Amino acid sequence: MKSPLSVLVAILSGLLVLAGYFFPFPALIAIRTPMLDWAVTLAGIAGLVAIVNLIIGVHLKRLREAGPKRFFSIVVLITFLAVSVAGFYLGPTDTNFQKVVTAIQTPIETSLMALLAITLTFSSLKMLQRQRNWMGLIFFLSVILFLVINSGVLAFSAEIPALQDLLSGFHQIPAAGARGILLGIALGSLATGVRIILGSDKPYSG
Amino acid sequence: MSQYEPLIGAVVVLVFSGLVIFFSSKKFRTKFPPVFRKLTAAIKLRKAIGLAVEDGTRIHVSLGNGSLVDPANPSALAGLSTLNRIGQMASTSDLPPMCTSGSGDLQILSQDVLSGIAGDRHTLAQFDPGLARMTGVTPFSYAVGAVESMQESGISANVLMGDFGAEAGLLCDGAEKQNSYKLAGSNSIIAQSIFFALADDALIGEELYALPAYLGSQAAHQASLRVQDILRFIVILILLGAVLSRLAGWA
Repeated sequence: MKSPLSVLVAILSGLLVLAGYFFPFPALIAIRTPMLDWAVTLAGIAGLVAIVNLIIGVHLKRLREAGPKRFFSIVVLITFLAVSVAGFYLGPTDTNFQKVVTAIQTPIETSLMALLAITLTFSSLKMLQRQRNWMGLIFFLSVILFLVINSGVLAFSAEIPALQDLLSGFHQIPAAGARGILLGIALGSLATGVRIILGSDKPYSG
Repeated sequence: MSQYEPLIGAVVVLVFSGLVIFFSSKKFRTKFPPVFRKLTAAIKLRKAIGLAVEDGTRIHVSLGNGSLVDPANPSALAGLSTLNRIGQMASTSDLPPMCTSGSGDLQILSQDVLSGIAGDRHTLAQFDPGLARMTGVTPFSYAVGAVESMQESGISANVLMGDFGAEAGLLCDGAEKQNSYKLAGSNSIIAQSIFFALADDALIGEELYALPAYLGSQAAHQASLRVQDILRFIVILILLGAVLSRLAGWA
């Protein structure tokens, strides 16, 4: 059973922030702005709590268990300690500290991006095995069509007005589809927000 | 932004809220029970939850790497509702669901949901806080950490619901290697296209927000789904009206 006080605080906070967004009166803005600042600060503290949970709740626990993943947890713990000590000692704005962190992080993330490109190419080839229906076929044909259109192979179409109009029409289709999906997402987001403000959806305890 | 836009927004929110309250009333629900179109993904997820309970395996819910202070957070909140519902449905299982996220606030909320489920089952003493974890703070580090989490705990089904980007491909590939069922939905168009190609079932558009209602959540979920349908038809009518008026030369 949720505490009525926490539900009340959540509902009132939501209503005040929403009212300040729709009706930017000075009194409402004076309440809304610090509340949003608190939310950002709390999100930052939540990040720290989550990191501590990951280190203590997952990786330190894994050290006590035999298995191949223990080695990776040791690497994570050593890296975490090294970055934390250096970060506290030098400060997060130190250029040398930032340079070292970026020099390690950027190549790793770039490699993952390259891996993603290969993964997506390979998986898209298998897509028709998974999506054996007309939607899957349309999706696959659309991908091929737009790959061809955007590859520049049809650059000569600039001299043929009818073909240019046709391609221009094709370019409108993804935008129309995306708008339709985004309208649905907007309605869904509104529904989720309203449920939380009404207190019927409570992703928190109290 | 014109001077009327905030007013229109406020009216839409008020009307939406009023209709949700009205449709949630027991009198209305008894007189007009909700009838929704079939959502294959929800049926398959129910089956996957049943199989996980029988097999003694776990369901993994991934909430993406959005934060609660991002405008994209409703997708993760829908994911939290789904996590809650999955936890309730799998309450007879020895292995409660696990949850990964890419931000601290969602990690704390998911831990709260999981501990709430454990409290309902009177198993709070055995609750493992490590079941809700933030696996990384950047999109790719989050994806790699989530894939690693999928591999360690005997996961038989993955529910990916939240704010994802292109890294969704790595998550789907990781789940594919585990030969586990993948149900995925996101507010991002990029992630939706990747999920459509790689997931076993993809939730497109507003289907993501409708999943908790399909899993039999509270009356408010079902009521909001009805209101969503009504508003969708109104939007369609407005769009058609705008097109016709343009064609007729009125606008």
